[in-house]
Amino acid sequence: MSLLTLFYLLIFPGLLFTAVLGLSVGWVDRKLSARFQFRVGPPFFQNFYDFIKLLGKETLIVRDSVQSLFIAAPLIAFAALVCISALIGVALFFGASFIGDLYVLMYLLMVYSVMVILGGSATGNVYSSIGAGREMKLLLADELAFILVCLVPIVKAGYEIRLSEILSAQQLGGAFIASPSGILAFLIALICIQAKMALPPFNIPEAETEIVEGPFMEYSGPPLAFWKLNHFMMYVFYPFLLILLFLGGFSAGGWGVLWFILKYLLIVVVMIIIKNTNPRVRIDTALHFFWNIAFPVSLVALILAVLGV
Amino acid sequence: MSTNQIPVGPFHPLLEEAEYFNIKVEGETVVDIEMDIGWMHRGHEFISEQKTFTQSIFLVERICGICSTSHPIACVHAVEDIDNIDIPLRARYIRTLIGELERIHSHLLWLGLAGHFIGYDTLWMWAWKYREPVLQMFEIISGNRNHYGMMRVGGVARDVDPDALPALLKILDEIDAKMEMIAKAANDDPVLKSRLKGVGVLSHRDAIDYCAVGPTARASGVKTDVRKDEPTDAYDLVDFEVIVTQAGDVYDKTVVRLLEIMESSKIIRQCLEKLRSVSGPIVNNVKEISPGEGIGRYEAPRGEVFHYMRSDGSNRPIRHKVRAPSFVNIPTFTASCKGIPLADALITLASVDPCYCCTERAIRVVGHAEQAESIDLLRLSREKTERIRRTIHGA
Repeated sequence: MSLLTLFYLLIFPGLLFTAVLGLSVGWVDRKLSARFQFRVGPPFFQNFYDFIKLLGKETLIVRDSVQSLFIAAPLIAFAALVCISALIGVALFFGASFIGDLYVLMYLLMVYSVMVILGGSATGNVYSSIGAGREMKLLLADELAFILVCLVPIVKAGYEIRLSEILSAQQLGGAFIASPSGILAFLIALICIQAKMALPPFNIPEAETEIVEGPFMEYSGPPLAFWKLNHFMMYVFYPFLLILLFLGGFSAGGWGVLWFILKYLLIVVVMIIIKNTNPRVRIDTALHFFWNIAFPVSLVALILAVLGV
Repeated sequence: MSTNQIPVGPFHPLLEEAEYFNIKVEGETVVDIEMDIGWMHRGHEFISEQKTFTQSIFLVERICGICSTSHPIACVHAVEDIDNIDIPLRARYIRTLIGELERIHSHLLWLGLAGHFIGYDTLWMWAWKYREPVLQMFEIISGNRNHYGMMRVGGVARDVDPDALPALLKILDEIDAKMEMIAKAANDDPVLKSRLKGVGVLSHRDAIDYCAVGPTARASGVKTDVRKDEPTDAYDLVDFEVIVTQAGDVYDKTVVRLLEIMESSKIIRQCLEKLRSVSGPIVNNVKEISPGEGIGRYEAPRGEVFHYMRSDGSNRPIRHKVRAPSFVNIPTFTASCKGIPLADALITLASVDPCYCCTERAIRVVGHAEQAESIDLLRLSREKTERIRRTIHGA
């Protein structure tokens, strides 16, 4: 492993960058949500304080749990998320990628959900196990539509399964969102990401007033801190992924940086608006939505993309 | 498929009060539900029997923080029933005014909580923001935001300042506009509808069988409302509708409450209008209560609240019995929660707007000498009735 790879993984655009930006964007989320609800909202550093405070707290482990799995789950999920953010970031900012990296990305994204399921099941708590079950159903629901809409940019880039090819195709021929298939795929991807991040209306696995945070219920101290950090990191790389696949990526020259920040904030704000204007749906409603509505729409988007529209 | 037990309570984020529901689920489907109350017992009836009548009214106001004037109204009705005490016309309007204001604030509080329970925190915060002007009206009238201390045997304790009427009407206009907005939003939101329609249905038959009261019964098509059935205070002098819907699901319970807020606003307008013209005393001085018994009923926001008072001619009640609406509404879960998904069952639990501190006036003590079973509770109750009979008849 070269020094540069380590830099990519640990500093930029990997661990440090994603974590710091994620916690900061977490503040945007909390502040904006608070303003939606006529509240004041937390100070900027609140998420940092929370994370550091949790690191210093005691870790309580349920006696009957599978202890190694219980502790390993948040860390493996964290490692997977660091890899994802490095993968997306490197493609986005440096144009470096390898053949089939989008596939690797898909697998890594699933690793997070699997770790939520394993971590939740490891405790033996009823709330956690129901939450893990719901996470599994939600994964089954959103995965198909999400994979299909991710195929749309691949098709539009001339059947190239490389993030850098997708980017350069957009830089030559304009962002994919400008086409009918692109905008359909973008909208479905946005909703799928809402489900993958377990934000309302799809915060079904964590449903506080039903199953008390579900899979995360028994977590405390540093493992909980990592789950929280994982959640905030997703606020960074999911919008980045959308920008990469549909919105034309990042260019350093001229207004490029400002334009990129604008695109990023736009996606985050749309996510927060969806989050604050919807009640939590039932798991069967979510399944129905993803299989009977999102799946056909994404299939149409894919067919349109194949037809070149 | 194996059955899992989901404990909701004694401490659970769903209901901020202490209660216990043991929900048995197969996968996510509720197959059975057990209820256990008694975590909030504070011995109010016993304390009340140590106090004078006036102090009792002050005490029962503390039974519940949300319907904090329903209990005093029912309680003064009970005491007035002993001696058939008449109250001045102005006091009747003031009582109705306070009671209806409380209905608005209680229903808004429920609406907010219901929003929170289905994960719609924005609705929660908005409903509670619009509840704030109601509390301001209370503050203008009584000086308190909660626990108004307005009821006295024979009338009310505090007059409504005639100069405050325009300000009160202005705030009421504000509330009406917001209510229309919320009702419209609830009616237009497809996600909200899909989440609440057809959920936790309490059929007309079950509502009657379980003796449900209040909005819970009215949403199932049972036209029961103490305000119309047995009008007291100014309820026979004002014009209002009893809201009844037929479906019995959570959506209809929401609709009933939202429409009731609007009806309450109508009643308050009429009361404020009358308070301009009707003058006179606000309380009949009651010097003593003769021996006898009386009952008081009042339509609290959650349904009928019932008070029973027995006097032996002294200044203290020798028996005070309270029956709160949640006590009969909570068992309806057996009918409405079986066979539905867990996510629906939990909003159904909240949909009757259960109030545990109202409900719980008896407790089963386990430990010490022997373990008491529920049959002992019946025995204890009968023994107590016997004791009261002996004190009355001196046998």
